[in-house]
Amino acid sequence: MSELTAIGVLLGIIHQGIRLATPYLYAAIGETISQRAGVFNLGVEGIMLMGAFSGFYAVFETGNLLLGVLAAAVVGLLMGLLMSVVSITFHAEQGISGIGLYMFGLGASSLLFKTMLGTIEPVRGFPALRFCLSDDFCLANIPVIGDIFFGYTALTYGAYLLVPIVWWVLNRTTWGLKIRAVGHNPEAADSLGVSVTAVRYASVMIGSMLAGVAGASLSIGLLNVFQEEMTNGIGFIAVALVYFGSWKPVGVLGGALLFAGVSALQLWVQVINLEIPSDLAVMLPYLLTIIALALPFRRSLQPGALGKPFSRGEG
Amino acid sequence: MARLVDGLVPVVAVLFAFLVGAIILWLQGVSPVEAYRQMIVGAFGTKNGLADTLVKAIPLMLVGLGIAIAFRGGVINIGAEGQMIVGALLTTFVGVQLAEGISPVVGISVAILAGALMGAIWGAIPGYLKARLGVNEILSTIMMNQIAIQIGYYLLRGPMIDPAEVAAGTNIPQSARLGRAFDVPRFTDLARWLGLDRSAADLGLDGFLGEIYAVLVEPSRLHSGLIFAIIMAVLVYILLWRTTLGYRIRAVGLSRSASEYAGIPVRRTIVLSMTFSGLFAGLAGAVEILGLHHRMFEPAAVSAGYGFTGIVAALFGKLHPLGIIPSSVLFGGLLVGGDKMQRAMQIPQVLITAILGLVVLFVVSTDYLVRRRVARRLAAQRSAAELASKEELVGSTVQEAGS
Repeated sequence: MSELTAIGVLLGIIHQGIRLATPYLYAAIGETISQRAGVFNLGVEGIMLMGAFSGFYAVFETGNLLLGVLAAAVVGLLMGLLMSVVSITFHAEQGISGIGLYMFGLGASSLLFKTMLGTIEPVRGFPALRFCLSDDFCLANIPVIGDIFFGYTALTYGAYLLVPIVWWVLNRTTWGLKIRAVGHNPEAADSLGVSVTAVRYASVMIGSMLAGVAGASLSIGLLNVFQEEMTNGIGFIAVALVYFGSWKPVGVLGGALLFAGVSALQLWVQVINLEIPSDLAVMLPYLLTIIALALPFRRSLQPGALGKPFSRGEG
Repeated sequence: MARLVDGLVPVVAVLFAFLVGAIILWLQGVSPVEAYRQMIVGAFGTKNGLADTLVKAIPLMLVGLGIAIAFRGGVINIGAEGQMIVGALLTTFVGVQLAEGISPVVGISVAILAGALMGAIWGAIPGYLKARLGVNEILSTIMMNQIAIQIGYYLLRGPMIDPAEVAAGTNIPQSARLGRAFDVPRFTDLARWLGLDRSAADLGLDGFLGEIYAVLVEPSRLHSGLIFAIIMAVLVYILLWRTTLGYRIRAVGLSRSASEYAGIPVRRTIVLSMTFSGLFAGLAGAVEILGLHHRMFEPAAVSAGYGFTGIVAALFGKLHPLGIIPSSVLFGGLLVGGDKMQRAMQIPQVLITAILGLVVLFVVSTDYLVRRRVARRLAAQRSAAELASKEELVGSTVQEAGS
């Protein structure tokens, strides 16, 4: 392999990795908000599936991409409401209620797909933006820089934009302070007049809304089809990414890039038919997740009340 | 009376889930009454339906028992799918390798132990990671599921592939058939050995009695794994309530700090609850291969979602081994009924997955209501007792003053 093609392949993997990070980012940043407020929402995978279907269906019927994102966001919000009622109001064990939400989303999205579409159909999803300044000059055509920074969809740019926005909201606004307070010490927050329930509901629902968009970023951004179980574990990995990123948007960004990079690498391994059996290459991201979870660094940053329901006056 | 109400709560939760299912059906323009009738008749009303229901209850029961052990120990095992798969893989390996010249008793025992061992290892790994490194077991077990599926594909496409598939050039990822010595006897085989060879019609049995007789005696897929699973349920009951280990598992599940204070080795207990949990899921995989499939194929089709449905069965059985027996039959029936409904009315079977998800959500929600009722009852008793003791105190002070 000549040096030039090697660089080409490397740039290709980087481009692909940045692209593939999109659903991980939406889902994991959403989950960060939820977990910072103290709620472990394991249902992300199910919410993503519902978001993927509703986003796809809206675009399939109307061709309007924004409507697709809106549909996915609204469905995500509703799934978040369900999760909130069960986990916040009814104090359910969050790991188990999340599995319930996952199963519901899995079953319902497949059911809707089978009854409303029936077959796998393509749609015209978000186009790659090439940033053309004139007829023959596009920023995406610049060597190296063009490959790395340009040529993604609006949804992908939105995902990366979300990182500083959520960082700013969490760390520099009153809202963020409230979210962190109810996640870390709900009793103290409550005694200061913050409604723990309201803040948690809002956080879980916004997080779930982003999970819905994460699903749409697959079905109308990256792949432009809907298939049953198309999220393929991304939602669960996204939950793990929040741990990996120590509950910080920037850490989550690093994790998302790492995982998407591994996925891109693994696709490439399958394409060039390396000696590694492809079945084992597919395993890599999951293995990496477990290793990442076992790393001891910065676990002390975990929100103090993560996964613990709050009730006033019960200690 | 109050306890009876508490016991009925999960039933109400399930009814509620079916109500939502009915609304979904109605929105699809299907009569919910007719759909549910098809389901119930399909699952319980015919000989073959009932036999299939019981066949599906076997892995649900074994997985559910494992789930109950973990949940009782305060760890959440979402990895039963993977544990089933690796168990099934090692059982298959043993059954294919030792195909010739082995007695059924030895063969089946070794193959079952192999599956149990492999499942136990697959459960012990996340257990150890949790106890030693604080790795969230929910996430690690989910990842272990995916890893098990991929290992399964790798083995079934490579080292374990059926030579006949390679020879024919079809290369379907499945193993060779296990030796005949590894076939767990079906109920009809057992009945023949006992000398029961007349059909229900011959004996003039009809109605429900005839159906039960037919399921037990006439040829069907029902295999003696059912008896095995029921024995296992009793053993898990003994494990949890009659042994030191079981006591420790339950204590750690109720409060880790109190258990630590009481001198219970908390970390070891966590590893052991996950190990036993995986062991039973591994057993489920082994029994599916030996009793039903007789060869290993697509990993996720062998585990077939039992790892998740088993959670539902365990929760509905109130995490009690003996409650899990009827609960598994109920949810086995739901799976079979869903299949029948799909065939009769073209309603996709995935509706069942959605309903199962709702059952989980409703059961864990109502659990809180029950706990709160119990807490209120205890508080009421306590304040009554306090009141009584205060009155005594007042009484005695009055007496003292009087003397």
